[in-house]
Amino acid sequence: MTDATELRRRTQELLAAYPPASTDRLDFLRARFDAGLAWVHYPEGLGGLGAPRSLQAVVDAELEAAGAPDNDPRRIGIGLGMAAPTILRYGTEEQKQRYLRPLWVGEEVWCQLFSEPGAGSDLAALGTRAVREGDDWIVNGQKVWTSSAHLARWAILIARTDPDVPKHQGITYFLCDMTDPGVEVRPLRQITGEAEFNEVFLTDVRIPDARRLGEVGDGWRVAQTTLNNERVAIGGMRLPREGGMIGPVSKTWRERPELRTHDLHQRLLKLWVEAEVARLTGERLRQQLVAGQPGPEGAGMKLAFARLNQEISGLEVELLGEEGLLYDDWTMRRPELVDFTGRDAGYRYLRSKGNSIEGGTSEILLNIVAERVLGLPAEPRTDKDVAWKDLAR
Amino acid sequence: MTDLLYSEEEEALRAAVRDLLTDHCDAPGVIARSESDTPHDLQLWKLLTDGMGLAGLLVPEDRGGQGATHREVAVVLEELGRAVAPVPYLTSAVVATEALLACDGSGELLTRLASGRTIGALAVPLHLAPGAAFPVVRLEDGVLHGELTGIADASAADVLLVPADDGGLYAVQADAVTVAPQVSLDLTRPVGRVVLQGAAGHRVGEAEPAVRRALRAAAGLLASEQLGLADWSLTETVRYLKERKQFNRPVGGFQALKHRLAQQWLEIVHLRAAARGAADALATGEDVDVSVAVAQAYAAPVAVRTAEEALQLHGGIGMTWEHPAHLYLKRAKADSIAYGTAGAHRAALAELVDLQAP
Repeated sequence: MTDATELRRRTQELLAAYPPASTDRLDFLRARFDAGLAWVHYPEGLGGLGAPRSLQAVVDAELEAAGAPDNDPRRIGIGLGMAAPTILRYGTEEQKQRYLRPLWVGEEVWCQLFSEPGAGSDLAALGTRAVREGDDWIVNGQKVWTSSAHLARWAILIARTDPDVPKHQGITYFLCDMTDPGVEVRPLRQITGEAEFNEVFLTDVRIPDARRLGEVGDGWRVAQTTLNNERVAIGGMRLPREGGMIGPVSKTWRERPELRTHDLHQRLLKLWVEAEVARLTGERLRQQLVAGQPGPEGAGMKLAFARLNQEISGLEVELLGEEGLLYDDWTMRRPELVDFTGRDAGYRYLRSKGNSIEGGTSEILLNIVAERVLGLPAEPRTDKDVAWKDLAR
Repeated sequence: MTDLLYSEEEEALRAAVRDLLTDHCDAPGVIARSESDTPHDLQLWKLLTDGMGLAGLLVPEDRGGQGATHREVAVVLEELGRAVAPVPYLTSAVVATEALLACDGSGELLTRLASGRTIGALAVPLHLAPGAAFPVVRLEDGVLHGELTGIADASAADVLLVPADDGGLYAVQADAVTVAPQVSLDLTRPVGRVVLQGAAGHRVGEAEPAVRRALRAAAGLLASEQLGLADWSLTETVRYLKERKQFNRPVGGFQALKHRLAQQWLEIVHLRAAARGAADALATGEDVDVSVAVAQAYAAPVAVRTAEEALQLHGGIGMTWEHPAHLYLKRAKADSIAYGTAGAHRAALAELVDLQAP
């Protein structure tokens, strides 16, 4: 049993063997991975020690105190949060050995090739085709809303391998090499002016069968692991009081009394209360997880987070009055990081519109809560027993 | 760090209270009693207090109580809310008890309240928020004169704690005053008028700190009662909508309704965190004012909305006197005024967290 004391001892050993001050950043991170201190709940040999997930905090605290470099998790969020748990669960031993270490260290950035122009909420209707040719698969299609595609070395990809069966049954999950000559990444400019996302065109992309994850036709089940982790990642950040979107508007309110009106005051206080309660709810969820009592509450966190971000940033633009008519910069850029609270109020207002769309729309999440938590009847399905090729489109 | 979970002991307490209420507090009984001359169920009160010792949770053991905390009281209130139980628990075991705990001269009256054999009521109108000014009666020649209205559970009280114009809080026997029930929106926690005409009272301490402390605890713990009300309303509505069929399908399968129910579930998840936050803050004494104001500013609209939605989504049956939905609506609406409206608590927050009015 690996307990906190043991983890502290191992962390100190790592720090002694690779002093952060005199060790190359990547060398240190590789050594940390090899010592099983990357994600302690992963198996031995894959960056972990099979320890309880809650003990990661012990390692992180020791390393932070010693000034050790981290793997810049915000830059590699899709790899850490979505690709890794899926590879861990469904990958072959060889795949786990090949991909997890450079993923965690950050040498190889990952992106997600899931959504398509014709398959958003109904992701299982996707039409990107993968056709078997010898030991390879030849992939053709178009993906969209792909963060980090311009930085990524690898992608998790779902594609249709059998159009003659109902849509959920004919999907297969692949690991796609983004340097393949058939992969074309084009920036997709958003309402903020930035191109945080991309569209990705796949033309005769060749993927060896060894880079298939899970069985042929089992891709939908494999993708559930990815999608469940995405929702946790988006809704589950830990915040201090006024730590989220409510922080900047509260600061403006305090510093600029000339902007205050009675109407704005009532609305601000109401949102302040809701933001604080949402923070407590997130904290309660974390306490449940640590205590080993995971509840269904997580399903709803992203819903609340999206609505609050939108309402608060909308209020902030209005509070600013004349300044609310301005915008800091419309220049088309391709940022490396997704930043919800950065830049000015206008940016926050526009960026937060994506919060109720990305990672499952709020409407779909409400269906999920209604059906899986409250046990209400599922939506009537007209597509269940129809071959994918015969679906309306 | 605030502990927002329920401990095993708290869950055991919940199960015991719920069992007792299942056996002794059914909706038809509550509806029938609500229009009778005895709106309070004193037999149920005896089971909760004599039987389970719940009236003394906040009272230290050396004064005859259980020496528990607001966290356990909150769990009891969740269950009493879930059953809209017509017992003076919040008013006697929380409000009057907290007032006495702030007083030096509460003596054996506190012990009697802790046993549940004496029911107390703080004679301060139910709608007042913790920081609000409260009416006082006249102290003249050592006896009390005046009239107070909106006193919750006054008709059940054996002892009234009455603030007087000398700044004191006086314990007055119920038989020394006239208590006239007021026709109340919430028949399960009726309010009454208390008339004092030369009533003798025993000074137990300073009124101001006692009232402030009592109302703050009440506002914070009321959120747990509101959680219980909302939880029942949603659970019962979901159960009904799975059964009820129209257009050849369960009504609960229509997306327009599913989304509304999912939203309510989400609000209740949030309310639970807010209510636990307030209960834990009251128990530890840390960050109490903000936690209470946040909980009460959030809880009241959620409880009202959930009760209103329950009524609407039950359709015609929800509008009938025999269906219990109205008990929850009336309690939730009355609770939204009790111990300060959401707006009053937001106004308090404006000061507490420095978001000043224009």
